[in-house]
Amino acid sequence: MTALDKDSDVRDGVDRETVETVKSMGTYKYGWETEIEMEYAPKGVNEDIVRLISARNNEPDWMTEWRLQAFRRWQQMESPEWAMLKIPEIDYQDQYYYAKPVSMHEKPKSLDDVDPKLLETYAKLGIPLKEQLILAGVETGAPASAQSEGLSGIDDLAATAGTARKVAVDAVFDSVSVGTTFKKELAEAGVIFCSISEAIQDHPDLVRKYLGSVVPQSDNFFATLNSAVFSDGSFVYVPEGVRCPMELSTYFRINAENTGQFERTLIIADKGAYVSYLEGCTAPKRDIAQLHAAVVEIVILDDAEVKYSTVQNWYPGDEDGKGGIYNFVTKRADCRGARSKVMWTQVETGSAITWKYPSCLLRGEESQGEFYSIAITNNYQQADTGTKMVHLGKNSKSRIVSKGISAGKAQNTYRGLVSVHPKAQNCRNYTQCDSLLIGGDCGAHTVPYIEVKNNSSRVEHEATTSKVDDDQLFYCRSRGMDEEEAVALVVNGFCKDVLQALPMEFAMEAQQLVAISLEGSVG
Amino acid sequence: MAVRRQNRLQPKLDAAEARLAATSLPEGGVWITEARNQALARLRTTGLPNARDEYWKYTRPDTLVQPEPVAAALYRPDEKTIFADLDRLHLTFVDGVLDVAASDPRALDGVEIQTLADAAAADIHWAREVYGVLEARGQDPVERPLAALNTAVATEGLAIRVTGKAARPIQLTYLQSAPDSDAMIHHVIRLEPGAELTVLENGPAAARLTQVIEVEVADGAAFHHIRAQGRTHERRAATHIFARLGRESAFKSFTLTANGALTRNDVVIEFTGDDALAHVAGAALGDGSDRTGFHHDDTIFITHDALNCESRQVFKKVLRNGATGVFQGKILVRKGAQKTDGYQISQALLLDGDSQFLAKPELEIYADDVACSHGSTSGAIDEDALFYLRSRGVPEGPATDLLILAFVAEAIDEIDDPAIAAALLERLESWLSRHRG
Repeated sequence: MTALDKDSDVRDGVDRETVETVKSMGTYKYGWETEIEMEYAPKGVNEDIVRLISARNNEPDWMTEWRLQAFRRWQQMESPEWAMLKIPEIDYQDQYYYAKPVSMHEKPKSLDDVDPKLLETYAKLGIPLKEQLILAGVETGAPASAQSEGLSGIDDLAATAGTARKVAVDAVFDSVSVGTTFKKELAEAGVIFCSISEAIQDHPDLVRKYLGSVVPQSDNFFATLNSAVFSDGSFVYVPEGVRCPMELSTYFRINAENTGQFERTLIIADKGAYVSYLEGCTAPKRDIAQLHAAVVEIVILDDAEVKYSTVQNWYPGDEDGKGGIYNFVTKRADCRGARSKVMWTQVETGSAITWKYPSCLLRGEESQGEFYSIAITNNYQQADTGTKMVHLGKNSKSRIVSKGISAGKAQNTYRGLVSVHPKAQNCRNYTQCDSLLIGGDCGAHTVPYIEVKNNSSRVEHEATTSKVDDDQLFYCRSRGMDEEEAVALVVNGFCKDVLQALPMEFAMEAQQLVAISLEGSVG
Repeated sequence: MAVRRQNRLQPKLDAAEARLAATSLPEGGVWITEARNQALARLRTTGLPNARDEYWKYTRPDTLVQPEPVAAALYRPDEKTIFADLDRLHLTFVDGVLDVAASDPRALDGVEIQTLADAAAADIHWAREVYGVLEARGQDPVERPLAALNTAVATEGLAIRVTGKAARPIQLTYLQSAPDSDAMIHHVIRLEPGAELTVLENGPAAARLTQVIEVEVADGAAFHHIRAQGRTHERRAATHIFARLGRESAFKSFTLTANGALTRNDVVIEFTGDDALAHVAGAALGDGSDRTGFHHDDTIFITHDALNCESRQVFKKVLRNGATGVFQGKILVRKGAQKTDGYQISQALLLDGDSQFLAKPELEIYADDVACSHGSTSGAIDEDALFYLRSRGVPEGPATDLLILAFVAEAIDEIDDPAIAAALLERLESWLSRHRG
């Protein structure tokens, strides 16, 4: 009975918070900086820097060599120009490729040894790394505020939502992984969840077998740079037949100035395995743009399933388009096995520039790929994002639902490929991409490529572009909402299909983000 | 960056020079010389397309670009010319050259029809405001170098000025007489305010055809264009229509393509006046087992730069035996072009497992008060529909034909004139009877 009361309190609390957040204009909640002593590798990138990163991670020779190969290849490549993005010239020699808190010099043996400042940082972001705290929070059903100041962290939302779900976190701070929670509990289930640097040490066979097997070393300009200089990231291996007992997540925080973050994530779901993986990210407010070039590789074997959800909330730059993160990300899932399944869900609200196409190689028979995306751009943000569904296996299925929202002076592009190989009989694709424009100075674009090379497959594509419906706005306003709230509500409705595809915790965070991202876009 | 661009550009520039070296540059003409020189300059900046160009991703331009055309066997139709039953003014081109003897006198109420050569020789001519002008506007943001080449070197074509409602349609029949003919045709058409004209086109023209039609549709004018191309010939064609639409004007174009080795139809439309409408539609039926295969590419680019305009693109493709259908359609809505209604649908019916459909339906939108949508589908004949017909006693062949006709009919429905629609439907049915699976 008391539990029920508490529950409803919490729900009210969340509602209040949402409304308050919507009201607090033009604020990026995560724009603060942690003052912490950092050690940097020298500025710029060259073979020595690549070797240094490799040495800092104590990597075996094969890994160093792999990185160097990528670096040499990268030097001959040029950055892609096909996206509908105006990317200012990036001086790749004018930034740091490796930055780590001095306190992380000796790798902490457990989370208890981690620099309290770092733990504080994550607590403030709403990501408590102390397992006891998480457990305590979940078990007592304490309201979010008791746990952390963060509004919309993963765990406190789990608590506020009243779902007693545990989420294991790998926290990445600039170039290094600070720590991974629930490792022991996961290990009991046979799941390996650790930073990729640890995985290279502890599970070299797995890493060697799968690294670069989905996104090849020199796949594209940004992925190649990542292959050369990635400093950390997460590694997941779910063994045959195991359903991962909790959701896994990685939280990326960029803190250091002039520093690029290059993380690499490798997820392997062995036969019949299941894992749901969440990814979140934030960065401080700065006038100078920062680079983020990540690679995510997912290998899915027979009957396995991976859900990968992202809430991307990098600093988007200010109202005049100053600063922000340049987000160049290569994400790809390889559905190698029969009946394997992947689901990408992304909510892209941050970053000054987003260049990101989470893709599915549907190689296995009856494999299935899904892509749900909300991309919101406001002010001077630019996003060129979408997916590739490559049907190579018979009876493979894919579904794309993309919602693009553009406001202010922003440009938002959906770019996607659906390709059906001649031998991939009886495939099915359905694509729906809708764009919403708020204001007359922004742009919304759709660039789908559809390549169908047999007739037993059915491919359907639909796209619409429109503005926020006046009737719906009027209805909301006549019920006493102010314009901003009304727009937030209509936009949330527009995004519903995708929001519903998100895990509970993320769905709530995403809903709030949708409102926040559009602040200042009306009136 | 610059190095890479130059490396990509150089082969295209070389291709342009190679083509020009094999082409005789036209001499004479008054105002047209400047237009040609400017087009030449455009061509020499972009070069000719190759397979690495984004807009030639799905269609190999080699045979359209190379200096000499690939020979094409002569096509001798055993049936009378399409639209022969219509009351129309009929002009015939042979290998891209106007055959005066085989043509009707160029007299039509409300319409002035001149040859391009005559127009070019006049000191001041209305055509100077259109020739190469619309084509040049249509080069941005997507290059169309074959059109620039055409403007630079074409000597054949018509200059048509319409001042009132044309009493009859003008039909242009393009015949081929030499197996290696290489035709370069350029028409300029201006419809003065309130004028109306229908232009019908048919025939292969040559082994290779490079065509440009520039159409200026002034306020309140209406231009209808119907093209029946293809049949069993082996020609390769790159055609372009560049249209500029004034206030409350209308532009409607329909193309029926039935076979043909390689066809690339570019349609570039710009709305400059409010409340205008443009409908572009096409049906392509291709059988890849014909000697040279079948590759058909519709590339449409519609720019909305005015208020309250409506554009519609409806394209249907029926493909069999390794045929390839391509659709690249784009709706660009410029900032301020509010109340735009843009619609686009491209659909392919693949009759067997070897054929393919490649589509890139694009939207690029910079105005918020718009309703734009596009759809694209690809699939086989609906088994349930086929079963239904067969269970009613319709044999498989005719049942399939019926379903194909129903599929294509949605595009044919875009044609206003029932007599023209009937003539096209007849062609469609005869294609089906010749190409039953």
